[in-house]
Amino acid sequence: MKFNLWLSAGLLTFILASSGQALADQTLLNVSYDPTRELYQEFNRAFIRYWQEKTGEKVSVRQSHGGSGKQARAVIDGVPADVVTLALAYDIDAISKQSGLVPPEWQDRLPNNSSPYVSTIVLLVRKDNPKGISDWDDLIKPGITVMTPNPKTSGGARWNYLAAWSFALKKYNGDEAKTRDFLSRLYKNAPILDSGARGSAINFIRHGMGDVLISWENEAFLALKEYGPEQFEIIIPSISILAEPPVTIVTKNADKHGTHTIAQAYLEYLYSKEGQDIAARNFYRPSDPDIARKYTHQFPEINLLTVDEVFGGWQKAQSIHFSDGGLFDKIYVNQ
Amino acid sequence: MTTIPLPQISPAPHKVVTQESPWARWTLILLALSFLSLFLLLPLVAVFFEALRKGWEVYLAAITEPDALAAIRLTLTAAAIAVPLNLIFGIAAAWAIAKFEFRGKSILTSLIDLPFSVSPVVAGLIYVLIFGLQGWAGPWLREHDISIIFAVPGIVLATIFVTVPFIARELIPLMQAQGSEEEEAAIILGASGWQTLWHITLPNIKWGLLYGTILCNARAMGEFGAVSVVSGHIRGLTNTLSLHVEILYNEYNFVAAFAVASLLALLALVTLVLKTLAEAKVAQQTTRGNHS
Repeated sequence: MKFNLWLSAGLLTFILASSGQALADQTLLNVSYDPTRELYQEFNRAFIRYWQEKTGEKVSVRQSHGGSGKQARAVIDGVPADVVTLALAYDIDAISKQSGLVPPEWQDRLPNNSSPYVSTIVLLVRKDNPKGISDWDDLIKPGITVMTPNPKTSGGARWNYLAAWSFALKKYNGDEAKTRDFLSRLYKNAPILDSGARGSAINFIRHGMGDVLISWENEAFLALKEYGPEQFEIIIPSISILAEPPVTIVTKNADKHGTHTIAQAYLEYLYSKEGQDIAARNFYRPSDPDIARKYTHQFPEINLLTVDEVFGGWQKAQSIHFSDGGLFDKIYVNQ
Repeated sequence: MTTIPLPQISPAPHKVVTQESPWARWTLILLALSFLSLFLLLPLVAVFFEALRKGWEVYLAAITEPDALAAIRLTLTAAAIAVPLNLIFGIAAAWAIAKFEFRGKSILTSLIDLPFSVSPVVAGLIYVLIFGLQGWAGPWLREHDISIIFAVPGIVLATIFVTVPFIARELIPLMQAQGSEEEEAAIILGASGWQTLWHITLPNIKWGLLYGTILCNARAMGEFGAVSVVSGHIRGLTNTLSLHVEILYNEYNFVAAFAVASLLALLALVTLVLKTLAEAKVAQQTTRGNHS
C-alpha cells in the first residue's frame, strides 16, 4: 500500500515537472475545420519563422480540427480559440450570435469577405472510373453509392449539398420540386453520413467504401497526392459552387489572452505572397492574382456559382436547407 | 458496457467432476479459443504489425514526436489523479456498503453503477452543460479565469466519472464475504477507527484493492468517448493517447496511428498480466478469510 502511494506520488511529480511548455512567448489556438490539417501545419511553421524574424518573439500555434459545425459549437461552448478558420461564414455567424465572442460585422474585417483562399466541390472516383461517373446526374442513378458527410455537422457537406442543388436547379430550369427530388434521390444513394469531411474521405479512400466521394477540391487533390493517380481520378462536374472558407479573430478570447495583435498578424499573413503560395501548394485556390497565375495549371476551370447568386446568402441557405425541420431534414427523412 | 468479473468466492482447488463427454468438452474449448483468437488476438497482432510496418525508426519517431509525448503525459496525468481519488472513494463506499446497514444503501449501490449504464458521450455532454461557456457555471468560470472543459481538469473529471465503479465494485463483494467480525474484535480490544482500518481492513482487502486499481487505471488511460466530448481536440494540450490515435489516423498517418495505438495495447497486456497475478492472490485471500 505504502509503496503504491509513493509510486503514484513520484509519478505525479515527474509528470508535473516535465509538463513545462515548449518555450514560447505567446501561444495562438487556431480552431479549424477538417481538411485544413496539412495546410495549417505548413502555414504555422512559416508564420512562426516570419514572426520571429519580424519581432524577435517566439510564438507557438496550436491546432484543433473537426467538422466545421462541430468546431463552431465547441468555440461557443468555450474552447479558447484565438482565431477560427472554418468552412463557411454561417458557422462564424453562429459563434457571433450564440456567444457574442465575435462581433456581428466580423466578415468586413479582412479582404475578400474574410476568405484568404477559396475552393470548390469536385467528385472523386476510383481509377478508370468503373461506374462511368461524369457529372452530378450520375450520382442519382440506382446502384451508385455516394460518400458525403453530414450537413448538420460538416461544412464541406453543406457545400456538397449546395453544389448539387445549384446543378439540379439549373438543369430543371429553376423548378424547385424537381430539384428537391434530385437531391432526395442523391441522398438515397448516400447510406453513411460521416460527421466531418476527413472521416468521409478516409471511408472512401482507405476503407474502400462507396463509388464516388463528393469532396472538397483540396481534399481530392490530397488523396491523389497520398495515394497516387493510379488509384483515384478527379471528375470535374459541369457546375459547382464557389466555396469561401472564412477566417476571423475570436475577439473576446484574443483580448482576454492578450493575443489580438499576433492573431491579426497571423490572419493577415494568410493573404501574403508566402501564405497564398502555401495555400496553393495545399490545393486551396489562392486569391492573390500573381500566385493564382502561377498555379493556373493546377486548378481546372469550373463553372462556379456563388451562394449569394443561387441561395441569396448563407443565412438564407442555412435556414431554408439545414435548420431543424429544413429541406435537408425533409429530404433525408423521406427515404 | 464493461463489467468486472467478480472474484471467485468459493474456491474449488480439487478436480471438478463433469458429466460431459471429452468430445463435447474439447469442442467447447476449441470454440472458445477460436472465438478469442479471432476477436481478441488477431486485432492485437494487427496493431503491432501495422505499427512496425515501416520499421523501428518510424515507430520510435511516431511515439517520441512532441504531440505524442504531450498526449502520453496528459493520459498519465489524468490517470494519476483519477485513480488515487477513486481509490479513496472506492474504499470508503465499499466499507460503508459492506459493513454497515443504513437507509438509502441500495441507492448508493446503484449510483456507483451509474457510469456503467450511462453512455460516456452523455457523461461528457453533462460536463459541457455544466461548465461550458453557455452552461450553468460557464460565465462565472470565465470571469474568474478558470477553465474546466476543453482543458486538463475536464479530461480528469470525465476520466473520474467513467472509472468510479471499478474499485468499489471490486471491494464490495470481497468485504461482504469477509464479514465484519475481525473489525468488531479489534474495536472490542480497544483499537481506534484508524488503527482498525490500517491493521485489519486494508491488509484484508489489499489484493482485491490492487485488482480494482489495475482495472480502474486501464479504463482511465483508454477512455475515448467522454474525454472526446470535453477535449476540444487541441493538439499538445488536451489530446489524450486514444484521441491522438484518431487524429493521426485521420491524417493519413496510419503507421503513426498504430504505433500510438500499440502503446495502449501494451498497457492492456501489462494490465492483463498484473490482473491475473492479483486475481490469484484475491482467490487465496478469500479462502483464508473464509476458513479462519
